[in-house]
Amino acid sequence: MHELAVTRSILEITLEHAEAADATVVTDIYLVIGDLSSFIDDSIQFYWSTLAEGTIAQEATLHFKRVPARMQCQRCGHAYPLVEAQGVCPNCDSRRAEIVAGKEFYVEAIDIE
Amino acid sequence: MVKQIQVVQNILQSNEEIAAQNRRLIDEAGIFALNMMSSPGSGKTTLIEVTARRLADRYRIAMVNGDITTTLDADRAQQAGAGQAVAINTGGNCHLEAHMVRDALNQLDLAAVDMLIVENVGNLICPHGFKLGVHKRVVVASTPEGADKPYKYPSMYTGADVLVINKMDLLPYLDFDLEHFTRGVEALNPGLVTFPLSCTTGEGVDAWIAWLEAEIAANRG
Repeated sequence: MHELAVTRSILEITLEHAEAADATVVTDIYLVIGDLSSFIDDSIQFYWSTLAEGTIAQEATLHFKRVPARMQCQRCGHAYPLVEAQGVCPNCDSRRAEIVAGKEFYVEAIDIE
Repeated sequence: MVKQIQVVQNILQSNEEIAAQNRRLIDEAGIFALNMMSSPGSGKTTLIEVTARRLADRYRIAMVNGDITTTLDADRAQQAGAGQAVAINTGGNCHLEAHMVRDALNQLDLAAVDMLIVENVGNLICPHGFKLGVHKRVVVASTPEGADKPYKYPSMYTGADVLVINKMDLLPYLDFDLEHFTRGVEALNPGLVTFPLSCTTGEGVDAWIAWLEAEIAANRG
């Protein structure tokens, strides 16, 4: 449900950059979405078809680059995936860790003509 | 001819800009502001009522409440002693966004407020992604929800400044593994300030109230 608001933002960002570059059409949009950001590709795609209609980006293909959640151990520095680790560093068993990837949520690039 | 433009722009940027404006308004008025987040049924509204009852004789409390369709929670807070209350009907939206809080701030007399409690929509997924401009993000967990919540909803816990574990009085009757829960929280957010309490018995509420009072004092101009 919350994808409606963010899809609107994606469209605004896209159009702003496309217009600044005098584009006549936007063909592709590259999004980077971390697994911890809780945004779902299909929902964004669903709202996109409605929101982008009538703009120069209406035919654009959305590309989703998902970034898995990764932790970095604060004791030994080992980086590991959040999902399999159950809160414990597989290298040294420490529970002190910081999220180093997985919160991303941005428009990386757009292709225009 | 196809040309690629590097954008690298945070999709939530416009929300974050409004959140920063909200923060300026709140800080200028010397208000301490909280964003309370939880799943539905954690006892968030009851905690707010208990809090308002305990603090209303010494502090002026305002309440902003996000609710999908009703004003029930805002009404409850006001009855408990919140001097001003604004209900935001999100119209089906599953979380509050900064512009909704901005509209609510415009309806409040900020000069007559010491503490602002923003009660988010009951939901453990979306609210964490949308900054509102408050000082502290409080997650209210509760023992009947089960001890696996930090593992299933990590983002809610990584973004929290404070954790309340409500319904501690039910612990003897439930299969809630407090150690498993705490371990999950500790892995995601080491050293998170935590208040285990019960709104029903009052156990642990003093520590929560003392923390709020210290924060109110620290944010006064």
